Amino acid sequence: MEITVTVDGARYVDNVEPRMLLVHYLREVAGKTGTPIGCDTSNCGACTVLMDGASVKSCSVLAVQADGSDITTIEGLANGEWHPLQRAFHELHALQCGYCTPGMIIAAADLLRDNPHPTEQEIRDGLEGNLCRCTGYENIVRAVQRAAEAGATT
Amino acid sequence: MTAETEAPQAPELGRARLRKEDARLVTGQTNWTDNIVLPGMLHMAFLRSPYAHARITSVDVSAARQLPGVIAAFSGADFAGEQGSLPCAWPVTADIVIPNHPPMAVDEVRYVGEAVAVVVARDRYTAADAVEAIEIDYEPLPPVLDIRTALDEGAPKVHPQGNKSYEWPFANGDIEAAFRDAPVVLERTYRQQRLIPSAMEPRAVVATCVADEVTLWSATQIPHVLRFALAAFFGIPEQNIRVIAPDVGGGFGSKLQVTAEEVLAVLVARRLGRPVKWTESRSEGNMTVHHGRDQWQRIRIAADSDGRLRGLDVDLLADMGAYLMLVTPGVPLLGAFMFPAIYKMDAYSFKCTGVFTTKMPTDAYRGAGRPEATFAIERIMDELAAELRMDPLEIRERNWIKHEEFPYTTIATLQYDSGNYEAATAKAKELFGYDELRKEQAERNSRGDPVRLGIGVSTFTEMCGLAPSRVLGSLSYGAGGWEHASIRMLPTGKVEVVTGSSAHGQGHETAWSQIVADQLGVPFEDIRVLHGDTQVSPKGMDTYGSRSLAVGGLALVSACDKVVEKARVIAAGMLEASADDLEWSHGRFSVRGDPDASKTIQEIALVTFAAHSLPDGVEPSLDSDATYDPDNFSFPHGTHLCATEVDTETGMVTIRSYVAVDDVGKVVNPLIVEGQVHGGIAQGIAQALYEEAVYDDAGNLLTTTLADYLVPSAADLPSYVTSRTESPAGNRLGVKGVGEAGTIASTPAVVNAIIDALRPLGVQDITMPCSPERVWRAIQTARENEGAS
Repeated sequence: MEITVTVDGARYVDNVEPRMLLVHYLREVAGKTGTPIGCDTSNCGACTVLMDGASVKSCSVLAVQADGSDITTIEGLANGEWHPLQRAFHELHALQCGYCTPGMIIAAADLLRDNPHPTEQEIRDGLEGNLCRCTGYENIVRAVQRAAEAGATT
Repeated sequence: MTAETEAPQAPELGRARLRKEDARLVTGQTNWTDNIVLPGMLHMAFLRSPYAHARITSVDVSAARQLPGVIAAFSGADFAGEQGSLPCAWPVTADIVIPNHPPMAVDEVRYVGEAVAVVVARDRYTAADAVEAIEIDYEPLPPVLDIRTALDEGAPKVHPQGNKSYEWPFANGDIEAAFRDAPVVLERTYRQQRLIPSAMEPRAVVATCVADEVTLWSATQIPHVLRFALAAFFGIPEQNIRVIAPDVGGGFGSKLQVTAEEVLAVLVARRLGRPVKWTESRSEGNMTVHHGRDQWQRIRIAADSDGRLRGLDVDLLADMGAYLMLVTPGVPLLGAFMFPAIYKMDAYSFKCTGVFTTKMPTDAYRGAGRPEATFAIERIMDELAAELRMDPLEIRERNWIKHEEFPYTTIATLQYDSGNYEAATAKAKELFGYDELRKEQAERNSRGDPVRLGIGVSTFTEMCGLAPSRVLGSLSYGAGGWEHASIRMLPTGKVEVVTGSSAHGQGHETAWSQIVADQLGVPFEDIRVLHGDTQVSPKGMDTYGSRSLAVGGLALVSACDKVVEKARVIAAGMLEASADDLEWSHGRFSVRGDPDASKTIQEIALVTFAAHSLPDGVEPSLDSDATYDPDNFSFPHGTHLCATEVDTETGMVTIRSYVAVDDVGKVVNPLIVEGQVHGGIAQGIAQALYEEAVYDDAGNLLTTTLADYLVPSAADLPSYVTSRTESPAGNRLGVKGVGEAGTIASTPAVVNAIIDALRPLGVQDITMPCSPERVWRAIQTARENEGAS
């Protein structure tokens, strides 16, 4: 099937198998390898991207479902300079191996869009769908708090 | 450039430098193995055994081969002549049974998930489809699932040699005398459940074989060990192998392995003459990444009535799984030395029996043997305190090694070089509000609060910085414990640092830059750290056992020394002074008594590069390499305190506060150290409360996904209060290592807190993970027993 998808500001027209997952489309067809895959049951959230502004786990969306949509991945989040969440993750050491980081940052961006001033518990609950094995989440929570203070609502 | 205009830079050691690694990781410019695409690359998919134990009666891959897009399909028999046996590097006893372990099963399968055939196709979807077309017949054999009965007469056998792999004893002191007439003797049996390491990046492999040159990219912790293993055990000439660990997304021991898929990728690439890739799915990984823990621990202690320990007797049953992988049998032995922990006693006796089952092999998982040991001793110390109606911290203080007694040789014959358990405990108590919480607990107990407060204590130590090569040799380990580093001084005064330690999230690029910046007096920004590619970093023993800094960091210091000594000779020539008259400080040689006469390391580097006027006989290079072999382990320690609220009506456990005071010696980067502690604590809490690899009665793994295997999320974990004390280690940097400390400490802290909350109700133990159901049942059972008595 032919689909038209905008990914990080560039328009792509491709023929894909109907069963192809969006994350495989992004990684293997569009060449956007910044979004990794961590599981096959949509539990880990590593593959989270923004689809028309809302976060989705791209392993649980078919590429054909993304036809006509506007996708933002971690690679397209920076706008000339790093997004406040990218900066905060760096400054507060909210990543170690970094594998969960793209999904975690995108999910946090969506969280802050819904709730620009979350409490610690709201951050923890809001990121429940994104797993990190390295950080114990402490610094991730702090980073999201700092990004919120910096006004990272977009 | 003169000396007056430059202030010497502040020391890098101890600075919370932001990580160099982050720029690529927060922007998605990563290089995970699964990102790699090579021209002509094919994709592998494996057919795996659905049986825990079965004979393979026939395999037919021909239908799979016929499918469009399929290039090849192979069964184990197709590689029988060349696939060899996956190595075990740690034959712990002379009579250990090490079964043959073909990467792809040929005659018999011994765990669910064992590879039996492989399809190679143009893309991963086609490969996955074609796996379904393979026809295979099995004759089921009885599974062996419980190590407590696996050694019984008449039990089904995993291997023809039987189910016992080895028995390893250790004893020091007169254990019988210690227990004879002891006023207090306690015996407990603890279960270390099986865990799945669950690094966020699934394993992935890309292999090429061009003519006779093999290149293997793998999501591995051990590129150097893997290269050696491919050469030593699979007959590929070592000089023709290059192994690359690109960005690696966590390991925790799970990527300290020589895997079937790595070997088969190389063999398939060689057979087909084309690059191949394999990336596991999470469910494939949960079945086939080596598991951790899985022990039954029988532990006995003898004590005087004032709480002084007399003796400790430990009998372990350790589940090896179906085969012995790289360090499978050695993992429980790392624990053997840690059961006595920080305590003094008269005698210690230990025995471990390694037992085969029809499950995925176990191997190193964060802490590897030491969390298990620490759990058991810290749990039973709490039991001893309860028995003697003492405070858990008081019983520990009565027995621990006093700070003035270091260096101290433990009953397990380790020489602890430094430590201060009093200082760490005092700080932890203060941060935690220990006395206030005890008061609140007493008050809530007395009014019968349905939500009980528990306080858990863990005063742990660990042996890390693996390891002195001679000690490894005495334990029959198949390699040394040294680490390698080299320094390349570039003509412009910048520095390339090559390390044999292979990072996968630890922040080597940052911390190593800090160490070298101090040693050579060059700016942090001028240093690039290279690792994880055997062609770039030709020597190394890689990363595990909290060894990178305590061994690899020291190798860096040695390599820097050599640069400075070479530079001294060249600087002497430049300054027309005697080398003995030069003083080295902050990246500069100055003539003693004439501070204006000086040369920076950068100036010396350029002169060395030009080589126009070097002293006679001096080579035009400042480069150096060094290999460091530690003469002792390092012994981080700390006091972790956990407060839990346990709802006696629902069994729900909530961690109310968690305080960790760690002594990891000198700290290179406090930001990184704190992060390691956080993550370590989280994994230890996960063992205490959430995680368990569960097999059913037929040997099927039930926890194949992250929906079933409960890796905790942010919502499941508390915020941690961390702090440090510092008793420097005996090495030149004073560093001990921090990678495993949190995991080792936190599991007993949490479980002790739960039991502490419920002890007034008669609960003595709860098997991990302490799920609400298990906690609730333990309370009910205790109430029934209470009612019956």
